[in-house]
Amino acid sequence: MSEPTRPLPNFQESDTAPFWEGTMDRQLRFQRCNDCDTVIFHPRRHCVGCLGQDLSWHDASGKGTVYSYSIVRQSYHPFFRQHVPYVVAWVDLDEGPRLLSNVVGIEDPSTDAHCGMAVRVEWEPHGEYAIPLFRPLEKLAK
Amino acid sequence: MSVKQRDAAIVGVHEFPSRDVEGELSPLHIKAESASKALADAGLTWSDVDGIYDAGEGGASGLTIAEYFGLSPTVIDTTNVGGSSYQFHAAHARRAIAAGKARVALLTYGSTAHSNVSRIGTGGRGMGGYPADNLESFAGLTLIANYAMCAHRHMFEFGTTSEQLAEISVATRCHAMRNPDAVRAMEDLEFLDIRETTIDDVVNSRMIADPLHLLECCMISDGGGAVVIAAPDVARDCRHKPVWILGTGEATKYPAGGADITSSAAVQSGPIGFGEAGVGPDEMDVAMIYDSFSITVLTILEDLGFCPKGEGGRWVEGGRLRFDRPGEGPALNTDGGGLSSNHPGMRGIFLLIEAARQLRGESTAQVEGAKLAVAHGNGGMLGSRHSAGTVVLGGD
Repeated sequence: MSEPTRPLPNFQESDTAPFWEGTMDRQLRFQRCNDCDTVIFHPRRHCVGCLGQDLSWHDASGKGTVYSYSIVRQSYHPFFRQHVPYVVAWVDLDEGPRLLSNVVGIEDPSTDAHCGMAVRVEWEPHGEYAIPLFRPLEKLAK
Repeated sequence: MSVKQRDAAIVGVHEFPSRDVEGELSPLHIKAESASKALADAGLTWSDVDGIYDAGEGGASGLTIAEYFGLSPTVIDTTNVGGSSYQFHAAHARRAIAAGKARVALLTYGSTAHSNVSRIGTGGRGMGGYPADNLESFAGLTLIANYAMCAHRHMFEFGTTSEQLAEISVATRCHAMRNPDAVRAMEDLEFLDIRETTIDDVVNSRMIADPLHLLECCMISDGGGAVVIAAPDVARDCRHKPVWILGTGEATKYPAGGADITSSAAVQSGPIGFGEAGVGPDEMDVAMIYDSFSITVLTILEDLGFCPKGEGGRWVEGGRLRFDRPGEGPALNTDGGGLSSNHPGMRGIFLLIEAARQLRGESTAQVEGAKLAVAHGNGGMLGSRHSAGTVVLGGD
């Protein structure tokens, strides 16, 4: 029996494949429209701001802010049930996109996690690809 | 086509009483039994039905649901927007009736979520096939934690407290204890300590996903129901007084950079529904609001305009939402709601059923002289991809 794993994305799904290819270089990628500058995330083939399809990929700095979070204390998922309690969060990247991820490296999330917390991306390798997790910036400074 | 205030009415309702069918009935069994009893409630029969509305879950689709019931409808609508599908169905049925395309519409729902041991709140998200799922499923977000993030942000921005959120749970349990079906549901699902609760009971119950406690989360039950909606001339000849659909609104909302998760798609659907009805939230005697979690109700009360955004916590304090405080605010979820009566996964149909009971004067937590009610469904996940359906109802 193999150990249960985190649910991994389908790295070949057409809209999101370029995002996951970026993780091979440890880059967080998002799209911007070349005609109207709209930031598009999740990735798509078309612009949601104008009627165009001329989109380009950009690398985010990896820095962001916790918009909101929860501490999961009960899960029936075979992987996550072994990791409770853990922090899930919506993270607003400085460039605009909002990502769903985990915030790791918080000793006691009950008291030390909060909305507005500054975080930076941290990569969890899975073969050539990597999953973007986040860690509080203050921790990195220590 | 113009939709006027009295174009269509709820004329028949049935709520399937059992919350635990012990694996012996299927969702389709529950739908068919509920449909026949709702038609009997209206004084109608199968052959009167010319419009079918069903979310297509539980083993039938738009192609097969008419066959299963043995009907030949000319309007078939299998809109599925999660738990608020039935608010959308009611809106669509009213429009179809107003346009002369249908005269008797049948809405059905059935689920065996409890018998199937569905871990709806804590099982983790499946890969749904929508491209964005491919960027989100790795995070281990449970459904409850999703709603919890809405609550944390609400607390962060507005100072809302767990004690204030607990008011929602306390009010619905107060109403549930007056509803024999809800009490039996809690017994069958082996709730501990079945009684009216206090704020302390709620905030001292186990934390499931911070800041949401066990008693702020809905149950997972079996169940189902049916609603019959008819044209005015049909409604006049039915067994009960018509419950008129006065206005409806529909909307969706989804995650995006900069999106505000302290408000929902109800901000869009509410004014459309109330505007069409020509009445305001302050006139509502009853508010049937999808209580998947305490925060769902608080958010939607604000979004529908019962109080300004951010003030919901203070507004619900002091038992304002109880059925026996007319004049202070609307009575909330007088059947006991998803928190304390039933939640088979998509409970929007029960919001219509209990609102109709109130406006007929048949609720177990009856608001004296109730004339106006709002039934607001939330489907999908609040703060993430979700739908909002507002239906404003009036007595005859």
